[in-house]
Amino acid sequence: MATGRLTLRPFAIVTEVLYDRNKKRATGVRVLDAVTEQTTDYSARIIFLCASTLNSTWLLLRSATNVWPGGLGSSSDALGRNLMDHHFRAGASGRIEGLDDKYYYGRRPTGFYIPRYRNLFGDKREYLRGFGYQGGASRSGWSRAVAELGVGAAFKDAAAQPGSWSIGGTAFGEMLPNPANRVTIDPTKRDKWGLPVLAIDCATGENERLMRKDMMNDMAEMLEASGVKDVRTYDNGYWPGMGIHEMGTARMGRDPKTSVLNSHNQVWDAPNVFVTDGSCMASTACPNPSLTYMALTARAADFAVSELKRNNL
Amino acid sequence: MINRREAIKQVTAMLGGVVFVGSGDLLTAIEHAHARVTAARKQIGSFTAQDVALLDEVADTILPETKTPGAKAAHTGAFMALMVTDTYDDKQQAIFRDGVKKLNDASFMTATPAQRLAQLEQLDREQKAYMDTRPDGAPPHFFRLMKELALFGYFTSEIGCTQAMRYRETPGRFDPCVPYTPGETTWAGHA
Repeated sequence: MATGRLTLRPFAIVTEVLYDRNKKRATGVRVLDAVTEQTTDYSARIIFLCASTLNSTWLLLRSATNVWPGGLGSSSDALGRNLMDHHFRAGASGRIEGLDDKYYYGRRPTGFYIPRYRNLFGDKREYLRGFGYQGGASRSGWSRAVAELGVGAAFKDAAAQPGSWSIGGTAFGEMLPNPANRVTIDPTKRDKWGLPVLAIDCATGENERLMRKDMMNDMAEMLEASGVKDVRTYDNGYWPGMGIHEMGTARMGRDPKTSVLNSHNQVWDAPNVFVTDGSCMASTACPNPSLTYMALTARAADFAVSELKRNNL
Repeated sequence: MINRREAIKQVTAMLGGVVFVGSGDLLTAIEHAHARVTAARKQIGSFTAQDVALLDEVADTILPETKTPGAKAAHTGAFMALMVTDTYDDKQQAIFRDGVKKLNDASFMTATPAQRLAQLEQLDREQKAYMDTRPDGAPPHFFRLMKELALFGYFTSEIGCTQAMRYRETPGRFDPCVPYTPGETTWAGHA
């Protein structure tokens, strides 16, 4: 902003990446103003798509369809495929005896984190990859009183005091890429601007199902070994999207025949277009992904600048 | 990101389970619900002013004035009516409304405080015995719903948070392990 060379364009819906089939380069973007509904074309030497996983792919699917019917970056047929998320909502919790004379003050900034250990260091499970745990310990509050017997004055005052300590951890698991999990342009549905929306077809598979058993039982085993009482496991169910860690659909790769982007986040089919959000991910691992997107974006931007300076872009 | 309606639904859907309050979305949703309760306290959905008065007395019998104000002072009856109206499905609403009718049939409103307490203690034993043994998918007992909403409404109200419990808008620090003396109340706003 301080340079005076940055323009933020609000209410801008980018509807298409403009592509010149003769130059084999993207030349800009077409923007629909969400308020005035006016269309404006912007030209640029390089274009970064960082619109979040599904929106960047939506844009690619709609662009350069006169050259590739499946959209910009679709020559490998990988565009739109291998949609992933983190599957979670399975773990275990229990009660800690004692420490009744201890409490905390203030708001806990974070809980505990256990990085992935399954299928590493010689461990071999019946599924691939693994999961990490996010958890915490606290004293229970008034909500415990819902299931307790009692009404009246003593019940109320007891409910206002902290209860016993409990501890628990929920696993976040890696979801394997599966080309059948894909997004396409919905042939019928349109949004309020008349733009087509994405159709999403995605489900977890056998690997996730098997992993979820360990996601429950491992935490229970750790808690029991730590002396935690009344340990109970849970699997509260999961479907793709609940993790709001959507990834894939424009994956990076070494081979233009099987991927959408190269190792610098450049679209194989249009090297002056970079895609640097979650859509570039080829696998999900199991930690929260945003920092990785930021790192990949910074790395791709640095690469783009140096290539521009060398007149390679 | 879940919307407010969904946040409240997630909590109230945990019928007979332990309510988990922790997300910012949920706290925002509760704030809005309480604001609406204060704004419109006569007729709420299909609940008449008499129904709301009954719910106030039910909540106040479960959570009466002690050293701190009771549930009626926190307008808990209106909160319950609002939550049932906005977040319960038809089946749950019918169970809840049937409970209101049962209490009216038992002359709850004209009973003395001691009789009210005795009535609710009886209902509480019934619901606990039923809820602890009901098969999966069986409907909840109406009094479990009332008790859950009374606790939810009261302990997320301003009175509940700042008087029945302790509230620090800006704690300024986090001490993970401090001495606790029996009788001290819970920190409001914690999961």
